[in-house]
Amino acid sequence: MSTTSRTNILTVRNLYGRIEGQQVVEDVSFDVPDTGVTALLGRNGVGKTSTIKSILGLIDRTGAITLAGRRVDRLPTHKVVQLGVGYVPEDREVFGKLSVAENLKLAERSAHPNRALVEELFPDLVQRHAQLAGTLSGGQQQMVSLARALLNQNRLLLVDEPTKGLSPKIVTEVTQALLAAAKTVPILLVEQNLQVIRQLADRVVVLSGGRVVFTGEAAELLDDPERIQRYLGVHSGADHSSTDHSNTEQVPA
Amino acid sequence: MSAFRARPMTKITASAALVLLMVLLPLLNITIPGVFPGATYTPGTLQLLAYAMLIAALALSYHLLFGLAGMLSFGHALFFAAGAYGLGIVLRNFSPSWLPAGATFVASILITVLIGFVLAALVGSVSLRVTGISFAMVTLAFAQAGSVVVRRNPGGQTGGDEGLTLDVSHVPDALVGVLNTRNLYWLSLAVLVTVYLVVLWVEKSRAGHVVAATRENELRVRVIGIRPYFVRLLIFSIAGALAALAGAAFLLLQSGVSPRVATPDFTLTLLVIVVLGGVGLRWGAVLGALVYTLLDQRLTALAGSEFIAGLPDILRIPLSQPLFILGTLFILVVLFLPGGLAGLTRRNRRPQRPRARGRERMLDSEETT
Amino acid sequence: MSTIVLLLITGLGLGALYFLVASGLSLIYGLMGVLNFAHGSFLTIGAFIGWEVARRLSDGSWWALVAAMLTGAVVGALVAAATEFFLIRRLYNRHIEQVLVTVGLALASVALFEGIWGTDPTYVTSPSWLGQTTEILGARIPNNRFMLILVAVLVLVAIVLFLKFTRYGLIVRAGVENRLMVTALGIDVRRAFTLVFAIGGAAAGLGGVLASIYYGYVSAHIGGSLLIFAFIVTVIGGLGSLAGAAIASVLVAVLQQFANFYLGGTGDLAVVLALAAVLLLRPRGLMGAKA
Ligand SMILES: Nc1ncnc2c1ncn2[C@@H]1O[C@H](COP(=O)(O)OP(=O)(O)O)[C@@H](O)[C@H]1O
Ligand SMILES: [Mg+2]
Repeated sequence: MSTTSRTNILTVRNLYGRIEGQQVVEDVSFDVPDTGVTALLGRNGVGKTSTIKSILGLIDRTGAITLAGRRVDRLPTHKVVQLGVGYVPEDREVFGKLSVAENLKLAERSAHPNRALVEELFPDLVQRHAQLAGTLSGGQQQMVSLARALLNQNRLLLVDEPTKGLSPKIVTEVTQALLAAAKTVPILLVEQNLQVIRQLADRVVVLSGGRVVFTGEAAELLDDPERIQRYLGVHSGADHSSTDHSNTEQVPA
Repeated sequence: MSAFRARPMTKITASAALVLLMVLLPLLNITIPGVFPGATYTPGTLQLLAYAMLIAALALSYHLLFGLAGMLSFGHALFFAAGAYGLGIVLRNFSPSWLPAGATFVASILITVLIGFVLAALVGSVSLRVTGISFAMVTLAFAQAGSVVVRRNPGGQTGGDEGLTLDVSHVPDALVGVLNTRNLYWLSLAVLVTVYLVVLWVEKSRAGHVVAATRENELRVRVIGIRPYFVRLLIFSIAGALAALAGAAFLLLQSGVSPRVATPDFTLTLLVIVVLGGVGLRWGAVLGALVYTLLDQRLTALAGSEFIAGLPDILRIPLSQPLFILGTLFILVVLFLPGGLAGLTRRNRRPQRPRARGRERMLDSEETT
Repeated sequence: MSTIVLLLITGLGLGALYFLVASGLSLIYGLMGVLNFAHGSFLTIGAFIGWEVARRLSDGSWWALVAAMLTGAVVGALVAAATEFFLIRRLYNRHIEQVLVTVGLALASVALFEGIWGTDPTYVTSPSWLGQTTEILGARIPNNRFMLILVAVLVLVAIVLFLKFTRYGLIVRAGVENRLMVTALGIDVRRAFTLVFAIGGAAAGLGGVLASIYYGYVSAHIGGSLLIFAFIVTVIGGLGSLAGAAIASVLVAVLQQFANFYLGGTGDLAVVLALAAVLLLRPRGLMGAKA
């Protein structure tokens, strides 16, 4: 599958995922190399979130999943994560009734979490450490969610639509944070915003109808409007108005 | 096992043959030591079998709620008690001079079933406003209230802790006394067959299909424009009416009723029976009821035996408590035999997981709606 | 006036009992989605074994009472933790089956208690002060009510401290909100399950010893009868909310006392009506997170 001879931090082979007995991931195979950002793309409802959840064991799955050379498809979620996976879920999923500090403390997996990095990336959170996460704005919640993942030494980050529903300014901040993180840890990123994908992604994996239909260098896809239209159902208009909240580059529902 | 895979015609023939055998049983002299207390024509055995059949009818009505609609009710005993106490109270107070005695009796039974239906409609209209665990709790609370009312003996009608004794003045002579146990047996069999047919009819009806679909996926049913509330209420009310019918027959069979049948524990017993037999299957409910009642009766007999009395405490105490053995058996069935006893014969067929999941959803639904 | 004071304080005492059962129920349901029908049995076994110990130490001394309460709590915790470990855990995330197993356990254990301790109530002897009364604003309040209230408040404070200031408390609070996300942070939430069962069992076992002082006896059914009201309290308070359980315990018990006194012993019915009303007006309960 992999197009180069790089080693892979994650390989996924013949992955099937089920929610309430319903097949939501069907025979998906792809690799995530051990550097840079791999974007997992596809129209809404195609199964990107479900693929990520299957990797983590958050939903029933079968198939061969190898993380850093170790089979993890039989492991419960917490064991997979303990092997060094950071997860930034779709819709952030912060604990609304816990304070910011408690959200972060809960996420610390080692005795020496990287607090300095988080404080540098998200100074806002330091000020708001005693505030209940449920009372934060969407952007601030996303920072908490990112911070929870970046606190730890990870081998891989799974980041699901980190810019969904955020204002342009916050989208930029989140993108910068991910760019910084990508220097030290490989990322599997689900993203709808083409502008963000352009900035971050090195490679792309495209899902359609629950299966992988394209794998390759990011540029290969992004420079091909016809493919973008076909796979993602969007026009990659020349003017990148993607920072606009209601931009046309969002994949339609 | 083979009957199960057979074509519908043979299935009907087999069912008819089984019912015929049950009809003829009081006329036969069959002895199965360890299962029946005596030969099949003796009043003791007939009484036990009739009792088991009424519990089976009640379990079938519970199957409509839990097996078909996925509604985990902890209050079904309320409607059984309404039937038993209701008939007792109606028979005592309802004696219009213009009706012949036989007609009064039949009318009393119809009124009782109607009481069950209306009471269930009332309780259901409140309880079904919520789903999942909250639904279970509200039904439990209503049943508890019913149990309290029965014990408080309002207007001297229920007899309080003593229970209610059947007033036989309007009951046909053929249904009174030990000598007529045979007739009561046939009456119980008729009730069981009636309930079975009604349940079958409900399951095959449009309402039955809709409610089964809401069990699997409420959203889809909403999408096609049906409000599950009313269909569930209908099923809940029918189940209540059927339970009341079984309760009415129970009063006749036992010539009385005690407040035990109004307790939440009695509903728990029903749940045990349905799960023991196999959730989602009509004949599972029947099988569960027969096995449970016979086992209960035999274990009670065993508990009083000299063999048990001679055992050391550590064996004697648990073995002399039928409910301990049944409860333990039930836990084992839940842990190791997900399809219940009926599932044993279906081992080689596809497991029933999707159904179970549907029920799971029902419990979780308050988190998702 | 004195009647109202009496009813209020007696209601608080009964509410304390409800809380000791409901707190565990609510935490267990909130974290794991398990409706625990066996919770009444944790209470009953705590009471029986607690009093067995007290009886052997001495009859009616304060030391014996303290020993009984400690024993009750420990026994409740152990039995509850074992229940979670050996029965509930095998049925992870299968909520219906979990309810069914606890139903089976409740039926079997009550039968076993009847086998061991008989069907008649076992009367208990507690320090004589508890049997006397104290006059407050003209009302003669049985002293045991004060102890019930005190112990329940202490348990409430202890649970709050645990939830607020320990790592497992943090995990439990987070898990009540979003259990899957807790596991997705690399935390084995199952240990928290066992712990929550143990805490709930300890509160129930302690509640068992206190309930037998309140009623004057222990019986195999003492837990089951309290359990139904604790369920109602849990639903009214909002499943998963400790504060809700505390408030609803007091409201339900006080309502029950007042209805019993002023409306001709209709306390139980009033409670059921209150439950129906709450569910119709506010299906998630007083303090429940989401409907
Ligand atoms: N909780 C759920 N229950 C049933 N179906 C679901 C659930 N969550 C997602 N699905 C279905 O799974 C499919 C894939 O969803 P998802 O993985 O969220 O897609 P994506 O992230 O690509 O938008 C969709 O068709 C969706 O309807
Ligand atoms: Mg998604």
